[in-house]
Amino acid sequence: MKISYYPGCTLKKNALNLETSALAVGKELGIEMVELPRWNCCGTVFTLASDDLMRQAAPIRNLIRVQELGENQVVTLCSMCYNTLKRANLLVKNDNEKLATLNEFMDQEEDYRGDVKVIHLLEILKNDVGFDKIREKVKKPLNGLKVAPYYGCLLTRPKEIGLDDMEEPTILHDLVESLGAEVIDDPLKTECCGAYQTVSNKEVVADRTYNILTSAQSRGAEAIVLSCPLCDFNLDHRQKDVEEKYHDFEKIPVFYFTQLMAIAFGMDENVCGLDLNYVNPLPLLRKKKLIHKKRKRSER
Amino acid sequence: MRHKFPIKDAQSAFVEKVQELSGQEVMKCYQCGKCSGGCPVAEQMDLMPNQVIRYVQIGDTSVLEAKTIWLCASCFTCAVRCPQGIDLAKVMEALRLLSLRKNIDHIDLSKIPKEELEILPQIALVSSFRKMTSA
Repeated sequence: MKISYYPGCTLKKNALNLETSALAVGKELGIEMVELPRWNCCGTVFTLASDDLMRQAAPIRNLIRVQELGENQVVTLCSMCYNTLKRANLLVKNDNEKLATLNEFMDQEEDYRGDVKVIHLLEILKNDVGFDKIREKVKKPLNGLKVAPYYGCLLTRPKEIGLDDMEEPTILHDLVESLGAEVIDDPLKTECCGAYQTVSNKEVVADRTYNILTSAQSRGAEAIVLSCPLCDFNLDHRQKDVEEKYHDFEKIPVFYFTQLMAIAFGMDENVCGLDLNYVNPLPLLRKKKLIHKKRKRSER
Repeated sequence: MRHKFPIKDAQSAFVEKVQELSGQEVMKCYQCGKCSGGCPVAEQMDLMPNQVIRYVQIGDTSVLEAKTIWLCASCFTCAVRCPQGIDLAKVMEALRLLSLRKNIDHIDLSKIPKEELEILPQIALVSSFRKMTSA
């Protein structure tokens, strides 16, 4: 299948490893993700104020880009983009007056009709590809790798846009299980990582990260798997701050779901961009015999 | 025969403003505390999330000085669990906007260290500015 792809800003820099691994595993499964032309930032957070229509222009403008191509759906990889685009879309679908105002404001664009569907790659993997087909693609099963899925907030909340159950999501569990890994269920899998507080209040994020990671570790997890670049930054890069604050803390590698897929599919590890992961995942992958190449990695 | 006239005072104007901005009926809250029970950053807060709603209900504008409204990162855990269907994240946003719309920023961008700017993801910076600055 061929589908329009909205990357968003972070996938082009800090989370380049999410993009490269997602495009590669997509190709392997016959999903061609074609980047939208002239996309702009979605605004990252859906505005919660009832009178703040101005903030809906950015996400809706991206959906116009999809409509212009004659397409009716767009796939995202970032949870924040997914949430913002989908909520803005839902808002204008349910409110003709707001849609008309936005269309009038963006009079240099064609009118948005409200019929583009915003989906996340995980939904394609579950609904269009299917976990059985993914299981068939696995060349190097992640046998013995104990992985705790972490969903964060914006994939599943609020209910009207969530891609899975709000309290007990299973989509990442099912995916990782189909790759052959041992799934560790953790009760904090949907608890907020502290999100953008990481900019002005690192302390809060260090506490959140410590709680989330040690909870998973206490259940035997050797690695975390997630989908959101902001969760990834907080749970991976902020382990540096966690280590400074909590001396009993032991670092744990954090993967994007697409990185684990690429490893299990036996793909060239360069598509994983593991150099961008803060906590070095290579020792764990070698221990589990998932990576054979002797490879140096610049320590951070 | 007694006539009742609506009397608007500062308190009720505040309640109305919050309700208008958030689109939420704060008076529906009966203080079950489920929002505070599930809030992942409650331990850092000076006012519990259910107390924030109570302050709004009684029109106490001192809630605008609370650290809580800036600690809330809109994770929507409270919103999806509220038995009365109140989206508390929207109430928090309304309270933040009452400050931000007076052109008062809550973070100083120039104080973010250069090393941090090099590693912070773009979505972290943009969302932080969206939630904490008046721009």
